[in-house]
Amino acid sequence: MIRLLILFYQSAILALGQVWTNKLRSLLTTLGIVIGVTSVSTIIAALAGLQKTVVDRLETFGTNNIFIYPDRPETGTKRRVTNNEIFFRPSDFDGILEHCPSLRCFGRMTFNRMNIQYGPHTEENVQLDGVEPAWHQVAKLPLLLGRPLSEIDNDLARPVCLVNSSLRDKLQLPRECVGTIIKVGSSRLMIIGVVADRPADLFEGGNSSNCECILPFKALYESEQSTSNGNLPFCMAQGVSNSPDVSDECKAEISFFLRQKRHLKVGEPNTFQVRYVGEFIDQFKQITTAITLVAAGIVGISLVVGGVGIMNIMLVSVSERTREIGLRKAVGARPGAILLQFLVEAIFLCMMGGFLGLVFAQGLTALMARLFALYLKDAYIPAWAVALSFGFCALVGLTFGMFPAIKAARLDPIEALRHE
Amino acid sequence: MGIELHNITKHYRVGVEQIHALDGVNLRVGDNEYVAVMGTSGSGKSTLMNILGCLDRPTTGQYVLDGILTTRMGAGQLARVRNERIGFVFQSFELMPRLSALKNVELPLIYSRSGWLHRNRLAKAALDTVGLSDRMRHRPNQLSGGQKQRVAIARALVANPSILLADEPTGNLDSRTSDEILALFEALHNRGQTIIMVTHEADVARHAKRIIRMKDGKVLSDMPVEQDAVSHAAEASQ
Repeated sequence: MIRLLILFYQSAILALGQVWTNKLRSLLTTLGIVIGVTSVSTIIAALAGLQKTVVDRLETFGTNNIFIYPDRPETGTKRRVTNNEIFFRPSDFDGILEHCPSLRCFGRMTFNRMNIQYGPHTEENVQLDGVEPAWHQVAKLPLLLGRPLSEIDNDLARPVCLVNSSLRDKLQLPRECVGTIIKVGSSRLMIIGVVADRPADLFEGGNSSNCECILPFKALYESEQSTSNGNLPFCMAQGVSNSPDVSDECKAEISFFLRQKRHLKVGEPNTFQVRYVGEFIDQFKQITTAITLVAAGIVGISLVVGGVGIMNIMLVSVSERTREIGLRKAVGARPGAILLQFLVEAIFLCMMGGFLGLVFAQGLTALMARLFALYLKDAYIPAWAVALSFGFCALVGLTFGMFPAIKAARLDPIEALRHE
Repeated sequence: MGIELHNITKHYRVGVEQIHALDGVNLRVGDNEYVAVMGTSGSGKSTLMNILGCLDRPTTGQYVLDGILTTRMGAGQLARVRNERIGFVFQSFELMPRLSALKNVELPLIYSRSGWLHRNRLAKAALDTVGLSDRMRHRPNQLSGGQKQRVAIARALVANPSILLADEPTGNLDSRTSDEILALFEALHNRGQTIIMVTHEADVARHAKRIIRMKDGKVLSDMPVEQDAVSHAAEASQ
């Protein structure tokens, strides 16, 4: 055992010396490995960063947020029906809280876009959210001014609205804008409060305006109904389960409830989707894992190419050092010792390439984190990627160093000493 | 202990031709002998050296070194025998150009079970024996030919081998340096070292105590140096 350790130590010293005396050659040889490790580590770091950013963002919604929206099934008799048969009617959700014990709160939603006018200022195509009072608990946007929507606002479809701070600034509303009347489409609404902007949206790249106007669900829904020529306006619902742990149960309860409401038969697919944020997170993690694996696989090929370079240089090295090998054998090196010497050298070369690659990858990661701070500010090379890189490099060195090392170990000492 | 060769043959195949490099060699070399092996090229003296040095195995026959039968050993075992019992000195020195004299001398101990821990001390002692303690840190290209060969001899001695095998040790040296090296061999012999030296130069062989002459893979003559000189002179005059 100690004997083997000594042999390893000795081979490592030799390999180090060999690499050091052939600095440039060693560097060029490992280039393939360096590039391979750099790219795979950087990709992993980028995906890790992206995943962290996205998961963090999704978690700000609250992992127990549940979305319920209409969805045309891909199979079954309902796959060709019109929107009217798929879209929710607001009454579809009546009684949902009583039937779904895991659902803490719940609110219907509808959306539209309209121009908003205040005095001489017009903001075009502003996002309108028709929401129920429970929306405040679901979206968790802080109220900066005024009061939240109330049940009465909704029940009476009062002409009131909340604006977010972007919209207030764009319309140049007075700072104390509660009570101000603005023109939304053709109706005049009174502002009852101001909410904070949503955090910058990851997937819209920030180029769309963040202006948002929130009004009672009933008010917006009825106005859409009056202009839709009998088509159902879009309606969905958002809720919060009692805790992230029961999100799955809650989803099942809601699905059961809605299937009954819509009289879906056993075996018929759902005509709606119930999703909770935790699911999105899991899905996103699955996607990034898949991309990581594919990228790692592709880059693995480049490592193999790098390995061929290592094999080539090791063969050159063996033939250059034939006399040295002959001498070592003459003074008593066993074939195993020669084998180990060249194997360790190949592995050492590869690991050095891996190390350089990781150093470059760290640099690139830091650069990425700076350049694409919005998505990748948390990019980092995970410990498992470092371990994997080194492990894979060692494996490449072992694999591609084996043939030259065996060749060296099998040299006949007499022939080797006679070699010119 | 020493060396015993029993009816050693070595055959090579070159194409369809069988070459009998050694053809029934019997030899016994005792402890502290100083032997020169002479012969023209093709006489089989190099093959004999390779077999004595356990670099090569005979086709038939038995080779007993220090009471150990080496003929059936595998490559690993032979390497160990070489490491512990044989010191090689080559015509072209075979020093590692990038290593210091000291590191060159340490080389056999790197592969040694017992010497590894003490390699530095043993190597210094060996360099001291050949009178190069002041050149330990020099690289081969900073040494003269004679100094290089002395480093090589120190390397051969460092593991305290039973026999020192020298293959044309003065072949690459001028006559003055050759004399130095031969004087060193003489001194080692006086200290009790067994030395077997291959050479084709009569002047060099004369320094040994016993001369073995080879021809066509056979031992032609094997006698003490004084006797050899007489018989050889007689042969030459015929």
